Amino acid sequence: MTDAALSAARAERGYWQRNQQTLAPWLFLAPGILFFVFYVIYPVFQSFNLSLYEWDGLGAKEYVGMRNYEDLYWEFKDGDAFYTALKNNVLWLFLYLLAIPAGLFIALFLNQTVTGIRLYKSLFFFPFVISQVVVGLVFTWFYDPAFGGLNLLLGWFGMGPINVLGDEKYVTYGVIAAGLWPQTAYCMILYLTGLNGVNPEQIEAGRLDGAKGWRMLWHVVLPQLKPATFIAFVVTIIGALRSFDLISVMTGGGPYGSSRVLAYYMFEVALSEYGFRMGYGAAIAVVLFLIMLCFIAYFLWSMYREEKR
Amino acid sequence: MTRLKSMMLGALAGTTMLAGAALADGHGLKGDLKIFSDMSNPAPRAVMEGMVERFGEMHPDLNIELTVIDREAYKTQIRNFLTADAPDVANWYAANRMRPYVDANLFEDISDIWEGQLSEELASTKGAMTLDGKQWGVPYTYYQWGVYYRKDIYEELGLSEPTNWDEFKANCQAVLDSGKKCFTLGSKFLWTAAGWFDYLNMRTNGYQFHADLTAGKIEWTDERVKATFNNWKELVDMGAFIDDHTAYSWQESLPFMTNGDAAAILKGNFAVAPLREAGLDDSKLDFHQFPAINGDVELAEDAPTDTFHIPANAQNKDNARAFLKFVVSAENQTMINSGDALGQLPVNSKSSVDDDKFLKEGFAMLSANSPGGVAQFFDRDAPAEMAKVAMEGFQEFMVKPDELDRILAKLDRARERIYK
Repeated sequence: MTDAALSAARAERGYWQRNQQTLAPWLFLAPGILFFVFYVIYPVFQSFNLSLYEWDGLGAKEYVGMRNYEDLYWEFKDGDAFYTALKNNVLWLFLYLLAIPAGLFIALFLNQTVTGIRLYKSLFFFPFVISQVVVGLVFTWFYDPAFGGLNLLLGWFGMGPINVLGDEKYVTYGVIAAGLWPQTAYCMILYLTGLNGVNPEQIEAGRLDGAKGWRMLWHVVLPQLKPATFIAFVVTIIGALRSFDLISVMTGGGPYGSSRVLAYYMFEVALSEYGFRMGYGAAIAVVLFLIMLCFIAYFLWSMYREEKR
Repeated sequence: MTRLKSMMLGALAGTTMLAGAALADGHGLKGDLKIFSDMSNPAPRAVMEGMVERFGEMHPDLNIELTVIDREAYKTQIRNFLTADAPDVANWYAANRMRPYVDANLFEDISDIWEGQLSEELASTKGAMTLDGKQWGVPYTYYQWGVYYRKDIYEELGLSEPTNWDEFKANCQAVLDSGKKCFTLGSKFLWTAAGWFDYLNMRTNGYQFHADLTAGKIEWTDERVKATFNNWKELVDMGAFIDDHTAYSWQESLPFMTNGDAAAILKGNFAVAPLREAGLDDSKLDFHQFPAINGDVELAEDAPTDTFHIPANAQNKDNARAFLKFVVSAENQTMINSGDALGQLPVNSKSSVDDDKFLKEGFAMLSANSPGGVAQFFDRDAPAEMAKVAMEGFQEFMVKPDELDRILAKLDRARERIYK
């Protein structure tokens, strides 16, 4: 082909041909972006807007400005429902993180070559596979004050029966413990895959330098597991903030509202049988969103920093 | 289908001649009838399907479409389908539970079919179906509440049915002394405790007080409310209720009674079926009315009523009206409330009550020994939001009876916000 023919062909190519490379990815992304904008971004702003209204979902909306937030503030000050929910959310955030070290140690324990290790691994992973509803039911029976396994166990040691899910002092810890069971399994799997990628030469070098046990773990193995730790941290924090199903199955927020978290409280006031204060629910959702935003911003920022390096 | 014909049919519906007459004359309804029902438990579902089948036989040209929705899910779905895709007939509950839909103009005013005969036959439940002086639906079943007790345990201890508060407490003390608990209770889902509040409150202050309190006209910090709670506190302080009731649903609380660890339960008649299944026959299980506490107030009972309504956006309202009249007809009421169907009380006074010990006692109690009035239930008489807050308060009170003042202050703050 001659030069003249080539330039003629280039001139004939339209806008589409010239920009195909840059446009194609956007076209492929377009449906996804469209749905994301319509079903995720737009509703976020809708919630913001709705939180300024009072609405039962049926009649007319009434603009009330910041009153829903004021009500939340007073509930917080009086130590009422919102305070309990917020406090429980904080408890969830911290205690749920126990899943990370627990998962790490199970992973280290299972990271060996013994006959049948695959079976043990899958057994440890099992709680993550079954539904949260099932986990909740199993633990509800386990905690049952009359015939539950826990009180049977305590009885052998001569300790009195405790009503875990019916006592405001224990109920949140009881539900978190149930949540830790599958979450630990999840972190374990993350670490198991991470351990596959640990460089044996570095272990060898560490051993030559006399590192053993905890020092080996802390200075040689853990730094190499950093990506796994990061992901485990992200999924656990998010899991803690969106805890809902276990509470719904195990206690329904009770007794007298002492095991509620923000997500469940929002559901209760806005969507449950006795609720339908849409604006108030939206205000709670906004608070939850802002809390999540802090964490998500931090995660995105640290990921961005990592990639730049 | 003209309006006139449907009225004529309606007039006939009260009589037992309806089925024969409609078939013989060939006057069937035409068109469609779309029904959404929450009768999803096995027995109610069979009843609903049976009613549709019989109504269909009477009107061969009518195309009936029945959708049965899970009873719990229905409570939230009704909000959507009443506005968006309304059926012609829908289930719901009586009294204040209708209020949101009546206020939002989503239920049809059906005072027209209540005129005359129906008002006489359904007199006992008319009040529960009336809001703002109009009727918004028809009832199809109701049931009594009361104390179901272990007859054998009472006999063993030489106790008889209490007729006043002192006997009630003395009985309880005797049961406690024998190493058992007086009452089983599962307050995990809150409303069971509201049954106790309703009875203690109506016995202490009477029916009108109950109505005013649930209507938000009385402060929760009122001395009379405190009197109710003080009576309750006597029972709580005695240790009358099983331990750890906050951890159980009402179904989970029944084994305490069937095992003989607790002597009685305050519950609706729906508790009879599971108790019988667990092995308590009529020689071991009996019923008594909650006794008087304050001699000056008339006895009043809780008798929750389940209902049918016509959504305001329905397409085939004439057909729907005919179906509602069919539902409340004496013959159909006898049939669907019999022991092998719903096992509850018919709403039509011309129906016959099934030959069942508890149904008979309940029917006699509600028709003859409830001069004060018939309440629906705390969470049906009070607005849903208030009910939720208050029932949490009841549960909290039962665990921490000494913090009554704080709990009542909280309830009153909620009252000020909810009833504006």
